[in-house]
Amino acid sequence: MNARRAARGLSLHAVVWLIAAFVAVPLIYAVISGFKSTGELTTNPFGLPERWKAGNYTGILGDGMFWRQIANSAGIAIGTAFCTVAASAMAAFVLARYAFRGRELFYTLFTIGLMFPFAVAVLPLFLMLRTFGLLDNPLGVILPQAAFGLPMTIVILRGFFRTIPAEIEEAAVMDGCGKFRFFWRILLPMARPALGTVSVLAVVASWNNFFLPLLVFNDPTWQTIPVGVQQFQGQYSTDYALVLAYIVLAMVPALAFYAVAERQLIGGLTAGATKG
Amino acid sequence: MPSAETTLTKERTDRAVPPHPPAPVRSRPRAWGDWASVAWFLVPALVLFLVFVLAPIVVAVYTGFFKWGGIGPLDDFVGFANYTKLFGDPVFLGDLGRGLYLIVLSITVQLPFALFTAVLLNQRLRGRAVYRMLFFAPYILSEVVTAVLFTMIFLPGTGMADHLVGLVGLEGLQGKWLADPSTVMPTLFVVMIWKYFGFHMMLFLAGLQSIPSEILEAAAIDGAGAWQRFRHVTLPLLGPTIRISVFLSIIGSIQLFDLVWVMTAGGPNHSSETMAIAMFQFGFKRYQVGYASAISVVLFMISLVFSLFYQRYVLRRDLSGAVTAGGGR
Repeated sequence: MNARRAARGLSLHAVVWLIAAFVAVPLIYAVISGFKSTGELTTNPFGLPERWKAGNYTGILGDGMFWRQIANSAGIAIGTAFCTVAASAMAAFVLARYAFRGRELFYTLFTIGLMFPFAVAVLPLFLMLRTFGLLDNPLGVILPQAAFGLPMTIVILRGFFRTIPAEIEEAAVMDGCGKFRFFWRILLPMARPALGTVSVLAVVASWNNFFLPLLVFNDPTWQTIPVGVQQFQGQYSTDYALVLAYIVLAMVPALAFYAVAERQLIGGLTAGATKG
Repeated sequence: MPSAETTLTKERTDRAVPPHPPAPVRSRPRAWGDWASVAWFLVPALVLFLVFVLAPIVVAVYTGFFKWGGIGPLDDFVGFANYTKLFGDPVFLGDLGRGLYLIVLSITVQLPFALFTAVLLNQRLRGRAVYRMLFFAPYILSEVVTAVLFTMIFLPGTGMADHLVGLVGLEGLQGKWLADPSTVMPTLFVVMIWKYFGFHMMLFLAGLQSIPSEILEAAAIDGAGAWQRFRHVTLPLLGPTIRISVFLSIIGSIQLFDLVWVMTAGGPNHSSETMAIAMFQFGFKRYQVGYASAISVVLFMISLVFSLFYQRYVLRRDLSGAVTAGGGR
């Protein structure tokens, strides 16, 4: 009996290990290859480098362009998260807690947005942004991203706002607290965990967005990390080791953010999916 | 999320009634005053949504009726000509077919794989938190980074994949992968699994954890074996999660762009082209903006009809309380 259980445990581990290898090997391959020269990468694809040369990595880190792209991505992500969460929180507040004519209509309107793939809107968005003069302007990326983030954020926040007991609001109103003060001074501080979750989701979505920044930014000074990665690959297409080093460095901020905000991310994504 | 309700249900208006005591008189003016203060809160989201989500659809529908290069006046009205051209184009019909191919593979391969992994990691297993975190990690990476990484891995001659198949004696695959029309779609699909299965695994894990262990214990006491417990208890109880996962896979496959654009740009010779890639090619490379708009509209209609149909007929029974425990906290 015990031997059977041990064997079962062993095979269980073997299967999990196999899946782990499938996921991890490409990543490890990229990290190690970044320490090789392209010549060595061709002749010795799997082994450790004969001499670890950090030149690929330090070269990229010494390049202002890389940092510029990181800063652009970060700025746009923060701007997007702020706009999405601010607009959604206000809308979700009244949609959750007040009866007014057309409330369900508005809510349904926003939830319809959950079904719109971003790819559908990209071409007309580009035409509109060109008309508004928002090309090569970070707002040209921030505002559409915020708009597409609204449906999910409103759904999550409305659900949360509804769980805050009406008695709290009644007490606040008795003490002469208006709608806006209640929202700002009482509801928002109480909703901090939910706000954290939706902010994290907005930051990640913005950080990884490629389609829109690709179209909006012609000027390299505004390019974000995903666009930069693609450009870099085009530019150094034959220097494989250097390209791999670049994507490894481009992964670091996202993975670091994941390590810090894992709980919000996973909780938010599963909640968003099951509720949307 | 602590909320214990599905958000699409319409009950519980009682909660949302203004909490202050009802004002006895002047009911109509007060209602309007209420409306005004409510409107202030709705306006920012509403404006953003109308301008950047709904208006583009209208613009796409409108420009889809013109032959237009993207600059200058819209004056060459062609009616439905763009659409008839589109559905007479074998490449575009191929795009639809490839979308379907990815959908079918996602549901028949990726989903069972994700479910299998979730079941594995739902057992007592040393280090399972680490595995869970690792398997989800690719989902956090941007599509572009993933795409460039696998472009390097599948590079003919130098890439890791060529060396790997060389080791196990499958030299026939060498030099193909993304470069050959017969292998490009399966290769793309492998990358999709790598990138997305962790997300579906997380959904399933959340679903599995919401199944009360008493039910499984009861089944075990009644003599159900491990497979029977899975087949007749776990699987039916995971129904809502599975239906959501299918929905997200389909919507994701329909609009796939980033991965494909960076890895193959739809090539070789359209053999990996998706609808979104075709739209991008016509709109931004060949300057047939009217035609590209028509592709956007078709993409939109497919998503809309599918979503409405799916929500109406498949998700309906889930929306009245079955998935409620979701949230993964």
